[in-house]
Amino acid sequence: MALITYRDALNQALREEMRRDPDIFLIGEEVGAYQGAYKVSRGLLEEFGEWRVRDMPIAELGFTGLGVGAAMVGLRPIVEYMTWSFALLAIDGIVNAAAKLRYMSGGQFKMPITFRGPSGAANQLAATHSQALEAWYAHVPGLKVVAPATARDAKGLLKSAIRDENPVVFLEGELLYGMKAEVPEDEDFTLPLGVSDVKRPGDDVTIVVHSRPVHSALRATEILEREDGISAELIDPRTLRPMDIDTILDSVRRTNRCVIVEEGWPFCGIGAQIVDDIQREAFDYLDAPVARVTGADAPHPYAGNLEQLHFPQAEYIVKAARRVCYRE
Amino acid sequence: MASRIVMSKLSPTMEEGRVLKWVKQEGESVDSGDVVVEIETDKATMEVEAMGSGVLRKVLVEENATVPTGTLLGVIAAEDEDISSILQEAAPAAAATTAPATESGARAALPDQPASPARAGDGGRIKASPLARRMASQSGIRLDQVRGSGPGGRIIKRDIEAAMGAGLAAPTAAPATPAPEIEYDIPYQRVELSQLRKAIARNLVQSLGPIPHFFLTREIDMGEVLKLRAELNDALLESGVRIGVNDILVKTAAQALTEHPDVNAAFAGDHIRRFTRVDIGIAVAVPDGLITPVLRDVAHMRLREISEASREMIARARDRKLAPEEYQGATFTISNLGMYGVDEFTAVINPPAATILAVGATQERPVVVDGAVEIRPRMRVTLSCDHRAVDGAMGAEFLATFAAMLENPLRQLL
Repeated sequence: MALITYRDALNQALREEMRRDPDIFLIGEEVGAYQGAYKVSRGLLEEFGEWRVRDMPIAELGFTGLGVGAAMVGLRPIVEYMTWSFALLAIDGIVNAAAKLRYMSGGQFKMPITFRGPSGAANQLAATHSQALEAWYAHVPGLKVVAPATARDAKGLLKSAIRDENPVVFLEGELLYGMKAEVPEDEDFTLPLGVSDVKRPGDDVTIVVHSRPVHSALRATEILEREDGISAELIDPRTLRPMDIDTILDSVRRTNRCVIVEEGWPFCGIGAQIVDDIQREAFDYLDAPVARVTGADAPHPYAGNLEQLHFPQAEYIVKAARRVCYRE
Repeated sequence: MASRIVMSKLSPTMEEGRVLKWVKQEGESVDSGDVVVEIETDKATMEVEAMGSGVLRKVLVEENATVPTGTLLGVIAAEDEDISSILQEAAPAAAATTAPATESGARAALPDQPASPARAGDGGRIKASPLARRMASQSGIRLDQVRGSGPGGRIIKRDIEAAMGAGLAAPTAAPATPAPEIEYDIPYQRVELSQLRKAIARNLVQSLGPIPHFFLTREIDMGEVLKLRAELNDALLESGVRIGVNDILVKTAAQALTEHPDVNAAFAGDHIRRFTRVDIGIAVAVPDGLITPVLRDVAHMRLREISEASREMIARARDRKLAPEEYQGATFTISNLGMYGVDEFTAVINPPAATILAVGATQERPVVVDGAVEIRPRMRVTLSCDHRAVDGAMGAEFLATFAAMLENPLRQLL
């Protein structure tokens, strides 16, 4: 194990997989000579050369199509977007091509492609560069959607995403890149897609949260424990599609209460889907309506103070947990 | 400028208050400082004064209703002032404190009305969480017997747990007679309920009324007791005191209970009270019923004191001169029908105790002693136990000690 950043954990995953399989290549804006807009691809051009680490023009739909075509003929492309907000230009390639071709060809084509890049907000990047759009991709049959919150999860899940025979949307976070965690150095270390992680066990309320707000939620669980004596269980689904709903249901049946947290907007969000599963499968176990803590239902403000209010902060999560525990 | 009349928290322990009387009526004009409403707290009656002048525009809580602290009771405002936004605050505080656009889920689900008993508002429908409904149906609790403590009076898990503890769980429990919270001034040690103990309590309560009884019968050789009593009474001849068999039974029971504190107990909902003092009730037949004068702290009384005290109390019991505190709150009861020639019987437990001992007549019976038949004075006793607090083996061990002490009275000196 080594204490490394989320950024370096991703770099290790890319490097180890590219060493293991010569069919893997990386394309995207600034991935080569500039070493990656966020330095995730640092040193890869030097090690693997320009046939396998290729800078692309500012044309997201074009290089997404290039990746999809390469996957159809047997290669294993990794397509990096400078942010997922920019990938809106490529969504036809992801949703209409990558997610459909295996199905529409009757299985003649596999689609072992990984789309990756930072999702969600950074600091004051304003309304068009800050969006958390995982619900858009999780909506689409044929895609897998992964959103790791820690360096360890990032490495283990990216390796599994690259090895998967289906298109995987892999959501990183600009504010997560610098966070450190203990990460196994073993080249065979992977984490399975579709398996959630109980990041903190507890008895009184289940908090379901993915990606960057995991860290706010962990702070919230400490406040709840210290100030209210509320023991919160924190579940990180990690993979949003297919989602490991059984772990969440088992927990809710035990705690009888649930708070779902996400950075994205509330309407038709990831949490809305989880609430649906809970009310159908665990109705008789609920002692309170499920609460959601989400980004504000508005475009992201540029002003720093407003931007902070926009996101699901620890205090909002604490308040929601108290409410479902009837401790207000 | 509108001002709110709120059920204020008037003491650190106050959680709810009752609206006693609206001094001002809806539509009446009010000056700042006028008494508007009288409320009753757990300790006192208080007058609430207007914080502003205007008209008492809206009364939100009826007289005699009890509401949690913080509940909006009424609004004082100018005659034409828009108070609709204040009235919306009457919805549970949870909604009001929700940060805009950040917490969307529960708000929509909260009922749009003031906190009140679960059945108030929309046509008597009882609001309960799905979990609370399931728990109630499994344990036979009627939701209309339960007061909801959640937003809008919603019945939630903790309310059902409290109701189980209060003994509402029996399907036969009549509305008028919920088992009261046990509040007797007897020192006790609190024993938390294990999951198993909770399950036992929940299941058994549905079998035989609010207290699930079971019975243990044992025959005891009374030869030594009768001999001892004769000797003691010879010694006491000149004092005028006469020791009865019942006095010896009371003294012996106290000794045995001291050795088996788990039988000197009561089931109290979410815990078991293991009393650290032995207070024994003696069932006494009176013309229109039964009364049980209670001897306090019997383990520390001498036999002669027991005899004198019980004689005096029984006499007053027959004259109906006992104060309630003298016939309530036994930790153990002895009911003796031996004088009526009853061989054996079962007695019904007298709360808060978890046990009662039914004593039959001492009769000459043939018994095999060391391989030969002997005629011995024998007495049958039956211990009724509350299975929520006392298990078979616990009761049997107590009875074994009780019998051994009677069959060898000298053991009590040890």
